[in-house]
Amino acid sequence: MSASNPRTAAAAENAAPTIVLVGHGMVGQRFLEALAERKVTETARVVVFCEEPRPAYDRVQLTSYFSGRTPDGLSLVEDGFMARHGIELHLGDPAEVIDRDARTVTARSGLTVAYDALVLATGSYPFVPPVPGKDSDGCFVYRTIEDLLAIEEYAKDRSSGDSGASGVVVGGGLLGLEAAGALKGLGLTTHIVEFNPRLMAIQVDEGGGAALRRTVEDMGLIVHTGVGGKEITADGDGAVTAMTLSDGSSIDTDLVIFSAGVRPRDQLARDCGLDVGERGGIAVDETCRTSDPAVYAIGECALAADGRVYGLVAPGYEMAEVAAREIADTPDGGGFTGADTSTKLKLLGVDVASFGDAHGTADGCLDVVYSDSRSGVYKKLVVGADGALLGGVLVGDAESYGMLRPLTGSVPPVSPEQLVLPAGLGAPAALGPSALPDEAVICNCHNVTKGAIRSAVTDHHRTTVPEVKKCTKAGTGCGSCVKALTSLVNDELEAGGVSVDKGLCGCFAYTRAELYEIVRTLRITTYAQLLDSHGRAEAREGDGCEVCKPAVASIIASLAPTLGASGYVLDGEQAALQDTNDHFLANLQRNGSYSIVPRIPGGEITPEKLIVIGEVARDFGLYTKITGGQRIDLFGARVDQLPLIWTRLVDAGFESGHAYGKALRTVKSCVGQTWCRYGVQDSVRMAIDLELRYRGLRSPHKLKSAVSGCARECAEARGKDFGVIATSNGWNLYVGGNGGADPRHADLLAQDLDDKELIRLIDRFLMFYIRTADRLERTSAWLERIEGGLDHVREVVVEDSLGLGAELEAMMADHVTGYRDEWAETLGDPERLRRFVSFVNAPGAPDPSVKFVPERDQVKPDLTILSGPTLPVRTLEGTASR
Amino acid sequence: MTMAPMTPMTPTAATERTAVRVELLVDQRWFTVCELTDLTPGRGVAALLPDGAQVAVFLDRSGRVYAIANRDPFTGAYVLSRGLLGSAGGRPFVASPLLKQRFDLETGRCLDDEGVVVQAYATRARAGADEVSAQVA
Repeated sequence: MSASNPRTAAAAENAAPTIVLVGHGMVGQRFLEALAERKVTETARVVVFCEEPRPAYDRVQLTSYFSGRTPDGLSLVEDGFMARHGIELHLGDPAEVIDRDARTVTARSGLTVAYDALVLATGSYPFVPPVPGKDSDGCFVYRTIEDLLAIEEYAKDRSSGDSGASGVVVGGGLLGLEAAGALKGLGLTTHIVEFNPRLMAIQVDEGGGAALRRTVEDMGLIVHTGVGGKEITADGDGAVTAMTLSDGSSIDTDLVIFSAGVRPRDQLARDCGLDVGERGGIAVDETCRTSDPAVYAIGECALAADGRVYGLVAPGYEMAEVAAREIADTPDGGGFTGADTSTKLKLLGVDVASFGDAHGTADGCLDVVYSDSRSGVYKKLVVGADGALLGGVLVGDAESYGMLRPLTGSVPPVSPEQLVLPAGLGAPAALGPSALPDEAVICNCHNVTKGAIRSAVTDHHRTTVPEVKKCTKAGTGCGSCVKALTSLVNDELEAGGVSVDKGLCGCFAYTRAELYEIVRTLRITTYAQLLDSHGRAEAREGDGCEVCKPAVASIIASLAPTLGASGYVLDGEQAALQDTNDHFLANLQRNGSYSIVPRIPGGEITPEKLIVIGEVARDFGLYTKITGGQRIDLFGARVDQLPLIWTRLVDAGFESGHAYGKALRTVKSCVGQTWCRYGVQDSVRMAIDLELRYRGLRSPHKLKSAVSGCARECAEARGKDFGVIATSNGWNLYVGGNGGADPRHADLLAQDLDDKELIRLIDRFLMFYIRTADRLERTSAWLERIEGGLDHVREVVVEDSLGLGAELEAMMADHVTGYRDEWAETLGDPERLRRFVSFVNAPGAPDPSVKFVPERDQVKPDLTILSGPTLPVRTLEGTASR
Repeated sequence: MTMAPMTPMTPTAATERTAVRVELLVDQRWFTVCELTDLTPGRGVAALLPDGAQVAVFLDRSGRVYAIANRDPFTGAYVLSRGLLGSAGGRPFVASPLLKQRFDLETGRCLDDEGVVVQAYATRARAGADEVSAQVA
């Protein structure tokens, strides 16, 4: 026991010393774990008083209750933990009186326990502003599982009417947005009322707040800023009906959640005369001792030695460790002098991060800002007069947080503007964790440096990410550093000559390209055969997994004509390997319905066919949208409707557009020479020829193409996997282009080709890609990864340096002759049609869970959008919003 | 989740012939959902229970049948029956077709997010009156 506590030492001579913990929240539980790690529980009696009816749970993840977590699933206490360590836990029995002279704690039940050391971890309570009517039925706070259950219950009762219920959240800080996410998860029309002029005023600046607001509003939430709640109106039964705001406006609402910050729960400490701060919080020193050396305070109830109350869970955990070390008398890690309040979190699915001097308060500091309102991205870096990075705010894209936070305080290796630009627009691709110094902290939760991670690999011979996590604890807190950690571990392993497992998945130690060669040379025609002969030992005879099954199915489909196997993706074993999209020849959407894309080669379509699409969409109530690939997507079909819809489409001459497959999607075109005064070739005809030639070709990832009729490039061919641009002498062929998240302009492979040469080179290029690319590797990534890059591909494809040309062309010829329309084949076969039912035991019954509501004269899914599955480090707190 | 009440309907179970029936333990009674031949190894089907609940029924490579609730708790969509079946460490799982979280088919536990569980049902396959195999998942 602590040397500075003579009575504890004295007590140890007679009986086991007693440690009493008041409060069993996240920080309390961490304190108990820290005691157990130090084996204090073996010699001391530990008694815990907890007000809530359940043991410690993950309050940070409260909202995830709506994504299927049960209250038990949120528990932080391992089964048998209390019993194993002999800890006495009194649930639903809060401590009520502390007698510091007698050194006793008395709980509500009347139980009195004498202590040698007392630890207060009472957390905080939600602040409810003094709004008239705040005690009406339907007014809640959002802090505990019980609060959440009560809100859910109340909302359910109110939602039974014709129009859905609505709710108001008072407070637009972290907790307020969490609460708003919960209401939205319950299907309520949700208002957020924030007194400050912007959301998350503590963490983000004005620009960040604006970006956040736009994104939150796009999700259908209604945001009111710069106003407070003035009065809550209730009906005759005392239930909330409306809230009047300080600007005089009023919101009709069924319930109100107060989420306007929290206050430290320091009443117990006040009652027994311990020092508390002017604005609350139990004053503690660096050892977490209060003004009475036998009493400690940790977590949100404590006013730390630096004069701050920390609402984040990470500093709370640190205090728990410090107090446990002091009580165990093993003060090996220093005291608690303050903590980094950098945070990265996902609120309502939006990434938000702030770190260091986010508001630019240092003398002479300057801002570097990148703002893109269209995509809701806002990034600001604060740079000191000497060029050092001091802090920043990231909204909408916080990917670089893991790299920027460790750089704080140092002069970055590249200019700050490069650090905020999106990848591809000047951001250096190579500036990853490898650019960081060894002292840089990678895992903030456990304070693990890059040097410690490197040492775990090189000195302690840890060879996998899970082993390094176990050894260093890095990545076991909020998890936001796992990506950087993985990259560091792999870099270190490769530098040490250790081969990194590049296997496709847990079932195969081979890459996709290696499996392709195995299938091709050994003429393997089934997945089971490949798994049992070439799978990892532990995976053989098993059921494979969702990663390798579609990948192998794609390889077999690509090689089918060559192997003499069936190319029809729904035949035999192939039927069981395909992702649901390939299985139903349509694209699964978020509510379990499917979308349909008929092929419209080159984007050319007759009025008659357009009318058929319109009629089909109208008759089946489908939502229609023009795609970026010059075709029409029809959304909202149930599986049992797919054959009926396709019967009409096939009758009208349509074919599958393979929008569901890793296959050729479209070949876009401009109108070209035929109509356009600038065109120099017939781009539409070439686009149609190419689309019909490569339709149905299964590949490692989707393939897109376009043909432009002149150098003005209206078809955007250089943004495609293979793009063709007309010249006055023929065609230029570009490869490896990409749009999307990681845009890349295609590179010129060959120029001034005639039609025949063009098609020959594309045949070879595509087959070489299919043969050598990794799973889900687009041509752009493949071109950058493959040894020798574009030059090598040009040698193989154009100059035929490997002598593969004829073989690749022959394989493509097999594909072209073997092509059959998958939908026409399906409709012609009753056996294949059997799978298109919603329920195996009620074939005629539609799925009642697939429902729609009107939107802009069409329909949209009637499905509550649940909040994101992960919510990394988040505050529990309070100083948050005012 | 706000779900409209399920349309009441009586699921039909074709069991007249001597085919092998797939049965689920629902409220302590065996309920026939389909015939074994309705299932494809490595895939699932959706079925309706008498109370309107949806289950996802799977057949693995070795001929064992599993059943779990059809609702994907991460998205709220009734789609787990359309996921791909796999095995890891000898235990069967299905990967949701939407966001790919994996669920153990014997216990319903999510392998990617401890704490998320969907209901799992005991299953058995029976031919006529003779029990062919029984498993309790």
